[in-house]
Amino acid sequence: MKLLVRLIHDSKPIIAQVVKDTGVLINVDRARSDAHEGEEALVDVPDEACIQVSDRMRSLGAEVRILEEGIRHDEEECVDCGACISICPKKVFSFDKDWKLQVETKKCILCGRCIISCPHSALSLSY
Amino acid sequence: MEKSIDEINRRIRDGSARVVTADEMPDIVSELGEEGALQEVDVVTTGTFGAMCSSGAFLNFGHAEPPIKMERIWLNDVEAYGGIAAVDTYIGATNKSVTRMESYGGAHVIEDFISGKSIELRAQSSGSDCYPRRSITTELRLEDLNQAIMVNPRNAYQRYDAAVNTSEDTLYTYMGTLLPHNANVTFSGAGTLNPICNDPNLRLIGSGVPILLGGAQGMVIGEGTQHSSAGSFATLMTTADMTEMNTDFLRAAIMYRYGPTLYLGVGIPLPVLDIETVRRTAVRDSDIMISIKDFGVPSRSRPVIGQVSYADLKSGTIELNNEEITTSSLSSFRRAKMVANTLKRWIEEGQMTLCLPTRFIDTSKQAKPMRETRKVVLVQEIMQRKVVTIKEGQEITEAARKLLKGETNHLPVLNEQGRLTGVITTFDIAKAVARPERKVKVQDIMTRNVITTQADEPIDIAAQKLEHHRISALPVVDAQNQCIAILHASDLGKLFKPGGGRP
Repeated sequence: MKLLVRLIHDSKPIIAQVVKDTGVLINVDRARSDAHEGEEALVDVPDEACIQVSDRMRSLGAEVRILEEGIRHDEEECVDCGACISICPKKVFSFDKDWKLQVETKKCILCGRCIISCPHSALSLSY
Repeated sequence: MEKSIDEINRRIRDGSARVVTADEMPDIVSELGEEGALQEVDVVTTGTFGAMCSSGAFLNFGHAEPPIKMERIWLNDVEAYGGIAAVDTYIGATNKSVTRMESYGGAHVIEDFISGKSIELRAQSSGSDCYPRRSITTELRLEDLNQAIMVNPRNAYQRYDAAVNTSEDTLYTYMGTLLPHNANVTFSGAGTLNPICNDPNLRLIGSGVPILLGGAQGMVIGEGTQHSSAGSFATLMTTADMTEMNTDFLRAAIMYRYGPTLYLGVGIPLPVLDIETVRRTAVRDSDIMISIKDFGVPSRSRPVIGQVSYADLKSGTIELNNEEITTSSLSSFRRAKMVANTLKRWIEEGQMTLCLPTRFIDTSKQAKPMRETRKVVLVQEIMQRKVVTIKEGQEITEAARKLLKGETNHLPVLNEQGRLTGVITTFDIAKAVARPERKVKVQDIMTRNVITTQADEPIDIAAQKLEHHRISALPVVDAQNQCIAILHASDLGKLFKPGGGRP
């Protein structure tokens, strides 16, 4: 399960603290630090530890959103061109044998690169 | 054995014609042999679905009361051509909306019309005795127009070069997003299903031949613009009635930082008349070779990096300089197949019969580049030859003094051999002063990844670099990477002064 964790400026090392407290191994897929929007990390945790980890993070002062799915794929807009396939760093997109686009949202790290690369605006972030 | 077009049309009418799609043909020919395939197959349908920028439509709105001769025209804020009186216009696919530049264009106007949406027409006129009205604003739907005839100057390219990017920056092009350092390759085209690839000598495709265009039954007008058959880059001019089109085969698109374009389905049925037709329609993806071009070089003649077939590209990865690169198609093979299948169904059901060209397309033509009579302005014409530089090993305070004295914001940094190794700005100095952690030498604080230009580079390319990297100066280097001058963003202003910019 992916969690989008928003950290407050000059905050303590929250992710490290949560790993230490809960013993759950957290994988940081992507992290960003921005002067205006603060710090944000996309982390991957085992499904069964999702509630425990997010509760602990919140108690330490982080904003946490549980992301049910990765990139959102609009099948009506999509024409199955494949422009997204080669620019995705996680191989989320592929063709099936009938050249229909397949999207494995579980692999998605929500980097957003494919959104601007889709000529048909068929990809969007769902959070 | 040969078959006549009349014989094939007779079979279509009585429902006995054998129609196959072009991707099925190679295996049929391998199995039955050329003679066998000629006997068995009557029609091969082709199809392609991809970005076709050179597309648009003629529209007639009917006369207003009092009447207007429209001279400037906007459809949902996308300007349409106002030079064909009085209520006629041509809306081009790539024109950008004046209010929604990055998300809406002529292609969207066309798609919105086809999907039944209402479009705002605004027009202006200078007025005349016969057309007194000066302006009009109204909402129109496709059914309100007298005609909406799509006429596309350049469609259905025979094949198209693939694109990579050797430069260090991500490029956003009409070939999609190109990642730096050859990290991906993009291509376009249906390969084995492409209409002209199945008739490269244009024996069957020519003026008057029936086609599928955007889901409607249309026809080939003749050669397309930039038609270059001699180089295997033939194109077609096409037409069909927009009111019969549908969004399965026509979609507006936006290429990021390039603009709007129209994705179109185009397909042509080919009558199997003789052995030559059989041989040509047996073409496979692996037979169609294209060049990979480097879009990292901003020139008309982009360097060719390699040759690959459509089979290689469609496999998902290709090998380039011993590295595996992931490919992306920009056109849709799935929709191309839908085009060929729709044509197949039309013909099987007797909804479309075939004909031979009323005029043939010249296969010896080669497209020319533009003749340019005025010299392109080069960096050397406006760069500043007097450039203050500093050595890597010098103190930051010396850099600050030079920046002040030179009244500049950029100080190119040279090594002991006089080669450019970095650049230092007033911002770098300010940072160093704010965080004085024993950074005392220029080399400790300089930016090492310097974007440069050359004296003989066209000014437009240099301006694009300034904009792309959001910087305000480019050191000008020679072949030995010696800094010979500097180009400031403010120097571009010289181009607009009368008599300026030309020594």
